[in-house]
Amino acid sequence: MAEKKASDQNGATGSVETAARGDAALRRDLLRQMLLIRRFEERCAEAYAIGKIGGFCHLYIGQEGVGVGAISTLRDDDYVITSYREHGQAIARGMAPRAVMAELFGRVDGCSKGKGGSMHLFDRNLNFLGGHGIVGAHLPIATGVGFAIKYRGGDQVCVCFFGEAAVNNGAFHEALNMAALWKLPVIYLIENNRYGMGTALERASAINDIAERACSYDMPNEVVDGQDVLAVRAATMRALQRARSDSIPTLLEVRTYRFMGHSMSDAVSGTYRTKEELEEHMKRDPIVVLRLMMEQGDGWTEADTSKLDDEVKAVVQDAWDFADASPEPPIEALYEDLLVDTTS
Amino acid sequence: MPTITYRDALNHALREEMQRDDRVFLMGEEVGVYQGAYKVSKGMLQEFGEMRVVDTPITELGFAGVGVGAAMVGLRPIIEFMTWNFALLALDQVVNSAAKMLYMSGGQYPMAMVFRGPNGAALQLSAQHSQAWESWLAHIPGLKVVAPGTPYDAKGLLKSAIRDDNPVIVLEGEMLYNTKGDVPDSEEVLVPLGKAEVKREGSDVSLITWGKMVLVAQQAAEQLAKENISAEIVDLRTLRPMDVEAIAASVSKTNRAVVVEEGWAVAGVGAHVADFVQRECFDDLDAPVLRVHQEDVPMPYAKNLERAAKPDAKKTVAAAKKVLYLDT
Ligand SMILES: Cc1ncc(C[n+]2csc(CCOP(=O)(O)OP(=O)(O)O)c2C)c(N)n1
Ligand SMILES: [Mg+2]
Repeated sequence: MAEKKASDQNGATGSVETAARGDAALRRDLLRQMLLIRRFEERCAEAYAIGKIGGFCHLYIGQEGVGVGAISTLRDDDYVITSYREHGQAIARGMAPRAVMAELFGRVDGCSKGKGGSMHLFDRNLNFLGGHGIVGAHLPIATGVGFAIKYRGGDQVCVCFFGEAAVNNGAFHEALNMAALWKLPVIYLIENNRYGMGTALERASAINDIAERACSYDMPNEVVDGQDVLAVRAATMRALQRARSDSIPTLLEVRTYRFMGHSMSDAVSGTYRTKEELEEHMKRDPIVVLRLMMEQGDGWTEADTSKLDDEVKAVVQDAWDFADASPEPPIEALYEDLLVDTTS
Repeated sequence: MPTITYRDALNHALREEMQRDDRVFLMGEEVGVYQGAYKVSKGMLQEFGEMRVVDTPITELGFAGVGVGAAMVGLRPIIEFMTWNFALLALDQVVNSAAKMLYMSGGQYPMAMVFRGPNGAALQLSAQHSQAWESWLAHIPGLKVVAPGTPYDAKGLLKSAIRDDNPVIVLEGEMLYNTKGDVPDSEEVLVPLGKAEVKREGSDVSLITWGKMVLVAQQAAEQLAKENISAEIVDLRTLRPMDVEAIAASVSKTNRAVVVEEGWAVAGVGAHVADFVQRECFDDLDAPVLRVHQEDVPMPYAKNLERAAKPDAKKTVAAAKKVLYLDT
């Protein structure tokens, strides 16, 4: 019933599918972005192992189709807000890999001047409203962005990415209730990678089809295959249409899987999930899914892939070199940006 | 000069600032149709409409977060908590979002917003509804915290808070809403954040206080005056950033300090004041710094027990005499 509602409200499903599929150039760009994020994250793991990145660091490997697909449908004046697992969304939104890597290295040229780190990437020029570290806390913030859009009479949309574990948190309920009550242009996008750290969805949520949570708020919702970047695009475009023209929020449950541990300190498999399960899911790698599609339909070749791979690897190497050469923040920065100076 | 209530002073501040800047809006429980749980927002829904005077569900964490999000993209929200007791549910947004956004974004996202509402005890509301939270809030770098004790300061501090580009906590008092004071209507009333005011000059002992306890200090000072003890009242008005120069100036004159605060003593704001005084005014001191505060128990309901638990003028007088070594 819940799923029907989303498509009921969108008569033009066919044309959305076509637009979501795009042309060969668009698909190439999607592949490039996913590959760039994949290579970027692999180098992050390497940098973490040798101590260049510290703290908590959550990789996006396996989930690239979600961020790339959803963000590729947005306008520049739309807003993106995310949880702490946000390197991928930041790059997909257009943040320079250099600025992201420098932030992870804790350097002054980082997107947050080295003050935020992996979990707090921000870029005001891209309307990238940050990575947030408290599970669920940025959902009401997204509702507030939607409120501000409506307050000003704009037609932008705020897309809010979060993990499936956040749906069990009170902030989720409070945020979605207000967004539906006040009809705010927000897309709440669950990246359902099946685990919150080591706790499987079924061990944390009383219902397993979490898109149905939207029924409590009479909110349109949809279950999406997150390993198919084009499907993510299509679902996001349907939600965008509702948000832009009728200021109606949507809950998207995008089903995906993380191929790495929860964070860098977590083994890839062993305690809470089996190697077999992991390997089964890795067969549906979003990069491979799109590449195969392109090989079948776009005349894309293995040689094209390896050329693209070389290109993005060079971009990541450049980001690494840049970050490595960037200075640490000056010690005076300790007390900077604590408060806006209102004395002048 | 017109004499108005603290409640009306706040109402005027809200209206004037909303007339002045259409990015400012008021959001909270019962602020609109009901005209405010304590009628602070009386008439405002009619004046500004429901997009700017927004009734929310009972969802403190949620609407505090809505305020944060709206501030991130350039609006200037005023988030009203029915009382600060209920704001505990919203503390994550106040502490983890509002206070840190500018810093962790490397200066990209200022949080020009106000969180306000009554703080501390009223009468016989018992344990869960009678708590003074300033030490929790003043603890947090990235926030400003004000606690007006008079109608003039209520208006002037709230207006300054709304104009400030930082997250400002405004701690009002249910027991203060009906108190009256002079507030000019011919001129703009703006009290700068971070500036204390000597509410009464004196030479024998400094009573350092803020918010609702300004009234208690005034009663105590009058009783002390009858015994020829001259008490000076330093009303901090802003707890973060704290006007420590004003504290030092007063203590250098009186050589004795008593801190009067509404909340519990352990890790209270008064402990911070005492720490400052012992460090920076050590040579001026003729006695240890004493503190008057709520007894270290949840607020009881019974009238006599509640009275015993609260800081009051009598306890303040006793502390003042003690630092003057007049208590024997
Ligand atoms: C309120 C809160 N509780 C606990 C944590 C610690 N924590 C960090 S991530 C996480 C799991 C979240 O899982 P999910 O929302 O599914 O996102 P994912 O990591 O899978 O992307 C936990 C428990 C936290 N950051 N915030
Ligand atoms: Mg998860």
